[in-house]
Amino acid sequence: MLCSQCNQNEATVHLTEVVGDKMKKVDLCETCAKAKGVSDPAGFALADLLLGLGASQQVEQSTAADGGQISCPSCGFTQTDFKKTGRLGCSECYQAFAEGLEGVLKTMHKGTRHVGKTPKALRQVRDVSDQLKTLQKKLEKSITAEDFEQAAVLRDEIKKLQKRLSEMAL
Amino acid sequence: MKIHEFLSTPLASCERTGPHDGVVLSSRVRLARNLRAVPFPGRAKKIERVKSCELLRKGVEELPEMEGAFADSMEHLGAMDKQILVERHLISREHAAKSAGSGVVLSRDETLCVMINEEDHLRMQSLQPGLQLKKAWQSIDEVDSRLETKLDFAFSSELGYLTACPTNLGTGIRVSAMLHLPGLVLAEQINQIIQAVTKLGHAVRGLYGEGTEALGHVFQVSNQMTLGESEPDIVERIDKVLLQIIEHEMNARANMLQTKPKVLFNHIGRAYGILAHSHCITSKETMNLLSLMRLGVGQRMFPGVEKALLDELFIITQPAHLQKQFTEKLEADERDILRADMLRDRLKKVAGPVIPT
Repeated sequence: MLCSQCNQNEATVHLTEVVGDKMKKVDLCETCAKAKGVSDPAGFALADLLLGLGASQQVEQSTAADGGQISCPSCGFTQTDFKKTGRLGCSECYQAFAEGLEGVLKTMHKGTRHVGKTPKALRQVRDVSDQLKTLQKKLEKSITAEDFEQAAVLRDEIKKLQKRLSEMAL
Repeated sequence: MKIHEFLSTPLASCERTGPHDGVVLSSRVRLARNLRAVPFPGRAKKIERVKSCELLRKGVEELPEMEGAFADSMEHLGAMDKQILVERHLISREHAAKSAGSGVVLSRDETLCVMINEEDHLRMQSLQPGLQLKKAWQSIDEVDSRLETKLDFAFSSELGYLTACPTNLGTGIRVSAMLHLPGLVLAEQINQIIQAVTKLGHAVRGLYGEGTEALGHVFQVSNQMTLGESEPDIVERIDKVLLQIIEHEMNARANMLQTKPKVLFNHIGRAYGILAHSHCITSKETMNLLSLMRLGVGQRMFPGVEKALLDELFIITQPAHLQKQFTEKLEADERDILRADMLRDRLKKVAGPVIPT
């Protein structure tokens, strides 16, 4: 049996992990096992390895249909690279391989949209855009109600926020 | 300063206590972060890695939490120093294999450890003794919030923090606890527990040898999914699962004492006998037997013995820690003899197990 990582050497390390109700197995040669830290239970993640392998296969399948080999415009990473390593090359790769990745992420995670911590700078931008939306709604309402005094105040506030937002974008 | 001068002694590191530490050896929360403009370490050229490592190291070292920290490039650490860090669970085995262009920063109190250019640009972890996942999350969250003001992290509002491996995408969080579960192993309930935990979407890791036993009956439980759930929810969910496992482990121990006391005393008595009297012993056998003795301490079979002693022996009998005490390079079989000598010596003053009343 050949090593499932490098497909070159004889696999001598056989691992089993139960994930969900499925049993997963991985066979590695000694070199790959060492590289993956397989003799240390704490540092080793069979799941990552398995998921990584599975992920790259899925991406390959979903892109094989259109024939061409997609590569990342930023770092030049290709599907073959992804298949070999189970890892992506740079943050831009997520855009380059977005189509194939979506299915992968669905099987891997609870959802496909991030819920959780957002860097503060982005959070502020989001807060300001939310405020803007609320103010614009208020503005429409006051115009319909022909409360032009209130509308003028709102318009000024909106202008201020828009200016802040454009500064943030810089 | 050399890393072995910086690290606390194995005993001191084992004397740190935390909630439920009879079962939970340690809690850990790890965050993966990457710089936007630089390829991930696996893809970056050496010169890029060296450059990004410098930038990242500077950012991390400037943190107030890192005052008096140990920081070095992986190329300056010797093989034994790296292995010692692995045996203390401070860096991964993969990181130990790195050289120039990768680094490590470890806080003075050893509760924060940042691996630079491992699989991701930053792997930041907070470690706490016992079950303290929330505390670990809060402290690493603070570190991350400070760092994001100085470093431009790769983040997409849809996919969250972008990581080299899609399994870490989103929150980039890995919440885990190391559990000592000899009761569940001896009661042969461990498989059911592992299945139940994995059904809930968590991973149980460890090297599975024959049967399903992990070395030293130590298992690591961690979250598997990182995208589509917030960090506090992930922490909360795994915390609940761990409390359940602790309860099952304590029940298994109590039940065994009540229904099969002879089996239990036999295991623990034999473990003590071998550890205190052998002349040649592998690190694997040592770990399994120390685990049983640790169980015996929990069952009050070794009056006056603290479990810190067993935890210390667990560390210092591992290959690199053992090698460190001798200047000449030891072969595996020589280590087995010296390990046995050390164990006999350290257990000389420990009286044999008594049957608890």
